[in-house]
Amino acid sequence: MTTVVTDNCQRCRFTDCVAVCPVACFHGDDEMLYIDPETCVDCGACISKCPVEAIYEDPIPPDKQRWIEINAARAPNLPPVESKQAPYPGAEERKKSLGF
Amino acid sequence: MAGLGTQDNPLRIAIVGSGPAGFYAAEALLKVAPAVAVDMFERLASPFGLVRSGVAPDHPKLKEPIHVYQRIAASPGFRFFGNVTIGRDISVAELQGCYHAVIFTCGAQSDRTMDIPGEDLAGSHAATEFVGWYNGHPDYRDRVFDLSGSTAVIVGQGNVAVDVCRILAKTADELRGSDIAAHAFEVLAQSKIRDIVMIGRRGPAQAKFTHPELRELGSLADCDPVVNVRDLDLNAASRAELADKSNRAAQKSYEVLQQFAARPAPTHRRRCHIEFLKTPIELRGKGRLESVMLMHNRLTGEASHQVAEPTGETAELSCSILFRSIGYRGVAMPGVPFDAARGVIPNRDGRVTDGATTVPGLYVSGWIKRGPTGIIGTNREDSVLTVNSLLADLPQFDTAARPGAEGLQALFNARSVRLVSYADWQKIDAAEIRRGEAAGKSREKFTRLQDMLGVLASEEQASAACVAA
Repeated sequence: MTTVVTDNCQRCRFTDCVAVCPVACFHGDDEMLYIDPETCVDCGACISKCPVEAIYEDPIPPDKQRWIEINAARAPNLPPVESKQAPYPGAEERKKSLGF
Repeated sequence: MAGLGTQDNPLRIAIVGSGPAGFYAAEALLKVAPAVAVDMFERLASPFGLVRSGVAPDHPKLKEPIHVYQRIAASPGFRFFGNVTIGRDISVAELQGCYHAVIFTCGAQSDRTMDIPGEDLAGSHAATEFVGWYNGHPDYRDRVFDLSGSTAVIVGQGNVAVDVCRILAKTADELRGSDIAAHAFEVLAQSKIRDIVMIGRRGPAQAKFTHPELRELGSLADCDPVVNVRDLDLNAASRAELADKSNRAAQKSYEVLQQFAARPAPTHRRRCHIEFLKTPIELRGKGRLESVMLMHNRLTGEASHQVAEPTGETAELSCSILFRSIGYRGVAMPGVPFDAARGVIPNRDGRVTDGATTVPGLYVSGWIKRGPTGIIGTNREDSVLTVNSLLADLPQFDTAARPGAEGLQALFNARSVRLVSYADWQKIDAAEIRRGEAAGKSREKFTRLQDMLGVLASEEQASAACVAA
């Protein structure tokens, strides 16, 4: 089982997901959030919280598969994000442009 | 007089209940200010609530939040007091006298009943009792579940219902190695159940189970999922519900049901039938359960507000055991307002209310606050909201210092309460893990209080012997 954050998170980072993570497995850089697969318990609590549907669980669609490796590689080297933060400036416009 | 929240006068909070909501409330409190002291009270000798006794034994990953709770428990300012029942051993008023505020996170300890004739027949059970039994909860240790018949019925279609189906469907080899309680493993290994029938009153678009849990029913060693393709015909309102973007999870579950319906005829020893639009109206049997009468339903109403309406057509289904799994329910705490209709402590944003007024110093989080919905992580967000309410109320708190659990010591002594500290629990935990190793399990739980206390007594004897030597 795998749960991953994908491209829709870029320049959004609404961080609603981190508030419901039972194990604090989200990490972030300037661009987006990533899930540490070593810590994530695949409970799926975060998935429906994301306003731009950036989070996928198994079965992960083929066009999102590359994010499995990206999450696994980046998350452990970034600081954890454990509580909700303000989204990026322009996140609402980005959300609209993504069709949400 | 030192201000509240200083080293000399820490903000003293009691948390009643040690499940996810309790630990996440403790986490949020211990994060905010330097001088907070949290004392957590638990009626059992073991912490972690439904993560220990609700999450299925074959879902070990979902128990990993326990590592987070262990870290919270190791924080300075946190103490655990197990084996003490608030509302019985210690009253809420006595607790309030020793703390600036009390947060109830005691969950939903009972379940909803069907309220139909025959519900009390032998063989008719609450799913929650079965779950407690196979998870080694001391309250359910001596329950008897007769699995000598061929058909088991599960009423309800949430994830607890799916857990019950899966545990009944698994072979002994599939269960072996999990932390399932030994007494339950022995009974399940001898189970004669062949047909497991999970029944929902509404249709496949309204079922509450989630698709990963549902999908698991399709990958068991000796059980086939059975779905009648005709049950997947949806009315216009249900199609609209599934098409709604916010309902994507239900759409995925529906796709899994379609895959199940498209499977070839079952070949395995057991079958798990997933059936819709039926409501039990009577349980029948002479002395013990022999069958359930099912009323067929149709859906009426607008999309997202459809209700099951009886068609008048009934069918009798033979079964020897039945589990109702139609929801957990909170239990009243003596001395605290209670909404009996909803089974929760009434509150606004986590502040306990009594009618229109707020009860100062009392807070709630988790299932006893919002009802039995959501999963483990939902309680983290919920507890943060409650703690935010508490912190916003700080200016109204009486700033006089409170003694915390030290102020209760005389009562503990007078009432012969044998407290279990977190250090005590760690000894019990280590003993469970040692017991499990021998059996190739991650742990073998102690299922009786006296066995847990026995571990502590024998360790005390051993250390006394060491000192004497």
